[in-house]
Amino acid sequence: MPVAFNDQQMKTVRHLLEHYPRKNAALGDVLHLAQEAFGHLSPEVEEYVAGLMELPVSYVHQVVSFYTLYLRKPVGKYHLMLCDNVSCMICGAGELLEHLRKKLGIEVGGTTADGRFTLWTVECLGACEAAPVIMINDKYYGSLTTRKLDELLDGLE
Amino acid sequence: MGQVKLISRFFEIEGCRLRRVYEENGGYAAARRVITENWTGEKIIETLKKSNLRGLGGAGFPTGMKWGFVPRDQEGPRYLVVNADESEPGTFKDRHVMLHAPHLLIEGIIIAAASIDAEEAFIYIRGEYWEPYRVMLEALEEARQAGYLGENIFGSDRRLEVMIHRGAGAYICGEETALLSSLEGYKGFPKLKPPFPAVKGLFSRPTVINNVETLSYVPIVIDKGPEYFAGLGTERSGGARLFGVSGHVERPGVYELTLGTPMRELIYTHAGGVRNGAKLKAVIPGGTSCPVLRADEIDVPLDFDSLARLGSMLGSGGTIVMDETTDLVEVLLRICRFYSWESCGQCTPCREGTGWMTRIMERVAGGQGNSRDLDDLVDIAQKITGNTICPLGDAAALPVISFITKFRDEFEARVASAAAAAGRPQATERV
Ligand SMILES: Cc1cc2nc3c(=O)[nH]c(=O)nc-3n(C[C@H](O)[C@H](O)[C@H](O)COP(=O)(O)O)c2cc1C
Ligand code: SF4
Ligand code: FES
Repeated sequence: MPVAFNDQQMKTVRHLLEHYPRKNAALGDVLHLAQEAFGHLSPEVEEYVAGLMELPVSYVHQVVSFYTLYLRKPVGKYHLMLCDNVSCMICGAGELLEHLRKKLGIEVGGTTADGRFTLWTVECLGACEAAPVIMINDKYYGSLTTRKLDELLDGLE
Repeated sequence: MGQVKLISRFFEIEGCRLRRVYEENGGYAAARRVITENWTGEKIIETLKKSNLRGLGGAGFPTGMKWGFVPRDQEGPRYLVVNADESEPGTFKDRHVMLHAPHLLIEGIIIAAASIDAEEAFIYIRGEYWEPYRVMLEALEEARQAGYLGENIFGSDRRLEVMIHRGAGAYICGEETALLSSLEGYKGFPKLKPPFPAVKGLFSRPTVINNVETLSYVPIVIDKGPEYFAGLGTERSGGARLFGVSGHVERPGVYELTLGTPMRELIYTHAGGVRNGAKLKAVIPGGTSCPVLRADEIDVPLDFDSLARLGSMLGSGGTIVMDETTDLVEVLLRICRFYSWESCGQCTPCREGTGWMTRIMERVAGGQGNSRDLDDLVDIAQKITGNTICPLGDAAALPVISFITKFRDEFEARVASAAAAAGRPQATERV
């Protein structure tokens, strides 16, 4: 995939730059946009964004590497983010994690060979009333049991 | 005392995400009054001061007083920033507000911005909150179309633009100065105060930062009157707040209680008590950075001062309930890992201390600890507190001190069993 925004995306970038009194402030939003467009923020993407915003590449890289949601490596089609912070942990997140590792045959941080699943554990997702919680791409699923989790994964395309 | 439905009333109204439904239920009346009657900043701030509303993001700072610190005589912009980062483990109330009552938050933003004559406001929302983000975007658009945001709001000569900025996964960005750094496009590093954001905040301009829930109470204070709101709470903690209860309870969820209601009522009456009829062991009262309470301490009234007297904090109101089966050693280890991972690394006591505490706790939990480790943990924690740029250091240290002092037996038992398993006497030198 060539690293360049299309016309529509460029329009969004210009719009974002107008949003803020200083252009640096739009960096976070532009990075989110770049991630949507290119899948993850590779060194080439960092370079492209830096050029676009007239910022040093090292500066862009520092920002990218500070935040966990900016992906520096590709992830699978389904990005599984299992919360294992306190409320989820005491409500059975550990068992779910074991189950996922066995079922998918990967460790935390890994991606299945077919590129379908990437497994992460994450910090509190702010949905502890539904512990244990998993985020898959941009959606939350809560009150999980191993059975519900199986149904959920098996129901994905 | 007890349950009230000021904010949570809107959670129960079908379709309240829509402006029409929100207005049919009394929404936007307060903002309309403040703007069309052209209330001065002083009048708004006086009203808030009288209400005793305190910041619900964690620190409990009086809201009216905070707004009063902003100098309004200087040329140039002033900003309002909404803290929707909600990342303190155990906390989920702001998500409910944004999902079910987005216009209530917008209404609070309009009034708060008017109090400091801000023409621009930014909502900083955590990156994982896709659904609340989309709901807020739609609500902002609806408010704009109704003429409540944009130029000449409510037909006045006031202008207010509200932008929404997505975070990208970093707990520290909930801390107000880190949030501002992040919003400006930098790494989320906290800054030393002073200068306080009220004087030098976003883009070096006077800035007010408030939590989602705090701002959502503002229209209610104006609507019902500050005396009513203050009267609901205790002498120094006004009104009510949302408590998010999670963990081992029958009915986890968000409950709105007047401040001063006993914690026992929250857990046993509203959240349905400990699940499966089990016995209560411990409660974290306001997010994981708040010192833990033992089961015999839950008659404490839920207000800022009562929890402080007990050596803990009301924090974010995120209440984690743990039953008798909970392994508190594992819980503390998990908390240590969290703060160590989330430390931004600027201050040595926080960066190194959280790392050390985690490694020692790993040893303790893994059965290789000894009882000197427990003393070392408390010692390290005490050396962190008060010696860092931002309160994350304290947030990491206080759980360690409270878990180990309040549940010393459980920690001792773990190291004793470890020692027995290894066939050596207990208090040997560290391996
Ligand atoms: C490490 C750390 C994390 C914080 N996270 C949040 C948060 O996620 N949401 C929030 O509203 N306040 C958070 N705070 C508190 C903010 O710094 C600030 O006090 C608050 O946003 C002020 O708003 P309020 O007066 O309405 O409570 C955090 C503080 C610290 C030290
Ligand atoms: S206390 Fe910790 S998180 Fe806060 S500025 Fe220092 S190192 Fe960073
Ligand atoms: S601890 Fe898992 S969502 Fe909060």
